[in-house]
Amino acid sequence: MSQQAHAAPGAVRLAHHFDDLQQQHESAQLGMWAFMLTEIMFFGGLFLCYIIYRNLYPEAWQLASHQLNVLMGGINTAVLICSSLTMALAIRTAQTGGGRITQIAWLALTLVFGMTFLVIKYFEYAEKFKHGLIPGPSFIDPSGHAASVFGGEVRHARIFFSLYFMMTGLHAFHMIVGIGLMLWMMRCSWKGYFTPKNYDGLEMFGLYWHFVDVVWIFLFPLLYLLGAHAAGGGGHH
Amino acid sequence: MSGEHKHHVVPITHYIGVFVALIVLTGATYWTALMDLGPLNTPVAMTIAIVKALLVVLIFMHVKYSNKLVQTMVVASVLWLLIMFAFTGQDYLTRGWLGN
Repeated sequence: MSQQAHAAPGAVRLAHHFDDLQQQHESAQLGMWAFMLTEIMFFGGLFLCYIIYRNLYPEAWQLASHQLNVLMGGINTAVLICSSLTMALAIRTAQTGGGRITQIAWLALTLVFGMTFLVIKYFEYAEKFKHGLIPGPSFIDPSGHAASVFGGEVRHARIFFSLYFMMTGLHAFHMIVGIGLMLWMMRCSWKGYFTPKNYDGLEMFGLYWHFVDVVWIFLFPLLYLLGAHAAGGGGHH
Repeated sequence: MSGEHKHHVVPITHYIGVFVALIVLTGATYWTALMDLGPLNTPVAMTIAIVKALLVVLIFMHVKYSNKLVQTMVVASVLWLLIMFAFTGQDYLTRGWLGN
């Protein structure tokens, strides 16, 4: 890392413990995937909770899922897919020796998509807070909104919302970390660190960004769409 | 230092193709969710999600072009996840099957 900091712009950086750039690149890839294995298990624990509780309380799951905003969730899915495309194009620019301005432009676009996702998520969360769909003692208050919506299933619906906030919250936290790293990557791009010979840092960041997209690909149907074919003939308001 | 560097550069058309496929499949996820398929709703949704994830992992994340060691790591991470699901599921998801 310190070597990286002192390298001249555009210089090919090979750490002394590697034979060549190919080996350095493959080691970085392997290390990044080892990290992502731990991330998969990390999110996997929550998916496991989801499977167990959904199996126990399928009716509550369908009712509670119907309370989520399918339009906002769907738009966010598209936004993340767009951000994955621009991320891939940012890396491709570095790979093919495109200028640093082009690199930064693709990264900036990815950043905008990431921020858009979080803004939409904010409005979704705000709506849930407004309607008292926040897991806690007030959720099961017999005179509350949740009790009127879920009736006898209110305690089980609360578990759904606990998981909804944990899963989407952990995902959003990864997005926030990603945005921070993105700014760092843009700075590195500006300094000309990413060249066709060595763009490892950018590529590893790209893996992280795409991973977060993959998590959402599973979250969207599992959380938002369970109630879509039920009550009200589909769609959401 | 002379590192012979052979990185696969994916054509832009492939990236655009994957992007279009991901958007279309998201539409398909929503469309199939509107239909009442009984117990099949979730398997259908998960099948589409797995196809989408594969597109991202293989093309966007370059795993299709990575070496065998990285590919093994990717398969292993999914395998470990399935072991966790299976071992926990064989308890929680089978309770009551024997009627006691």
